[in-house]
Amino acid sequence: MLKKTRKWDLFFMALPGLLFLAAFHYAPLFMGWLIPFKKIDYAKGILGSDWCGFDNFKFYFQSQDAFRTTRNTLVLNFLFIFTTLLLAVILALLLFQLGKKSVKVYQTALFMPYFISWVVASYILYALISPEGGALTQGSSRNLYAAPLAWPWILLGCYLWKNIGYMTLLFYASLLSIDSSLFEAAAIDGATRIQQMTRIAVPHMKPVIIMMALLQIGKIFYADFGMFYFLTKNAGALYGTTDVIDTYVFRALRITGDIGMSSAVGLYQAIVGFLLVLISNLLVKKSNPDYALF
Amino acid sequence: MKKSKVSLPRKSITHMLFLLLSLCCVIPILYVLSASFTSEQGISENGYTLIPSIFSTEAYEYVLASPESLLTSYAITITVTLIGTTLSLLLTSMLAYAISRRDFPLHRKLSFLVFFCMLFNGGMVPSYILITKYYHLNDTLMALILPYTIVPWNVFLMRSFFTDLPQSLLDSAKLDGCSEIGTFFRIAVPISKPAFATVGLFIAFAYWNDWWLSMMYTTKTELVSLQYYLYRIMNSIEFLTSSLASNVTVNTSLLPSATARMALCVLAAGPMLLIFPFFQKYFVKGLTVGAVKE
Repeated sequence: MLKKTRKWDLFFMALPGLLFLAAFHYAPLFMGWLIPFKKIDYAKGILGSDWCGFDNFKFYFQSQDAFRTTRNTLVLNFLFIFTTLLLAVILALLLFQLGKKSVKVYQTALFMPYFISWVVASYILYALISPEGGALTQGSSRNLYAAPLAWPWILLGCYLWKNIGYMTLLFYASLLSIDSSLFEAAAIDGATRIQQMTRIAVPHMKPVIIMMALLQIGKIFYADFGMFYFLTKNAGALYGTTDVIDTYVFRALRITGDIGMSSAVGLYQAIVGFLLVLISNLLVKKSNPDYALF
Repeated sequence: MKKSKVSLPRKSITHMLFLLLSLCCVIPILYVLSASFTSEQGISENGYTLIPSIFSTEAYEYVLASPESLLTSYAITITVTLIGTTLSLLLTSMLAYAISRRDFPLHRKLSFLVFFCMLFNGGMVPSYILITKYYHLNDTLMALILPYTIVPWNVFLMRSFFTDLPQSLLDSAKLDGCSEIGTFFRIAVPISKPAFATVGLFIAFAYWNDWWLSMMYTTKTELVSLQYYLYRIMNSIEFLTSSLASNVTVNTSLLPSATARMALCVLAAGPMLLIFPFFQKYFVKGLTVGAVKE
């Protein structure tokens, strides 16, 4: 057991980080439960402002935007999460078949987009699909920036482009920790390559896959704001398929300065996201308690 | 040997697949690079091409002719990235180290406190109100640094790495009379290079690629980060002409606006993209994720 002073040493090492956590994560979290129910008046402060019940929620849920933005957020995020996880697992398994030297080369290329911001990515996308000479759209008279139905696929493509390398590497890293004698033993017993992958590698990755899935489900109500805002250039013509909760809240906050409604929608996102994680976690826990997040 | 089991044709198909994917990741970036070296006329006549149709450096000459705003943004972004990465890496690693130690009585509770933030967050509005009205950080350099100092996912990555460190090594340092903090800096840090390189790079890119904090918390032009500057240029041609050629009256239709944007894009993303390959030998080791609960 640790001596008392040593315990305090560790506590003091953690303390600065914990303070930041309190100031920039927990404080907003608690405020997030207050602000939606208040009619904010800065002169009175947040705690002193008058309560206003569910007015702020009503405004959002009675608008047509609630359905549209919720649907877009959920459907697109589900599409992104599912496709990325599936492809990343397959790519990680394939990468695992190759030598370490070649992995390094592919890793550099696949990881590069991860380090490109959505702002820069929006320029790249523009060079590809600009109505004025875009590399992919040359010769076509169609302006993709006015074609909402094409955007779920464009966004999926961009999402995969940016994130697939990271996810693949995350799974690949977990594959490397498998004891290679397991594969050798399986090979001696006559297991084919595919059997080795499905019987040894995939079960080994399962905890990481499930954890990543659960963490992403928790964020399914949060859209990657930069992606939706910059790639679409915030074009009104595309709102039908690309306007998500986050871009909607941002516009409400920035253009109309509607703090009440923006915070109400924020709380709605947090609660539904959290419920989804709780439910999925419970389902995971039922099938195998070891894989559950908590 | 397990690798010899993979037949040659199957292996070359896998190589082809990854080669193709790598090209898909890199080629879009090359279009922007090429466009930045094309003359404005070349773009309007031939569109965006992989190799400049009419080679020209006019875009760079134009952008660098009055580089004040660009240089200010560079200075801001470099300062923020340097201070932010150092501070964040220090606090993240100390917090992660403390909660990775199973003999630290609070390790479970504090771990949960950190990971809870990955699932539930306060949202945009409460953070905005806290940072501007309570912490009074708006229009300060600190607003671009402090909110990203502790990112739960980074703490999690680091903790996973520290958990796998040989406990005996840490114990022996303690037997030799090393304090907890001494053990951390003298033993744990030097043997955790992959984790520091990987997480450090993620943190550095988060700061380098940030436009959000700049967009939300600053109004002063001297605090505009590089990415936000890029976004504003993408957003309005007026901003481009006013920030680049404020002292000269020019016919805006003659300005290399399309190519100048691409040149700015290269100048903003280029330096960091050249840095990252040097770090990637650490990636696979540094990316190992463990279980959330212990």
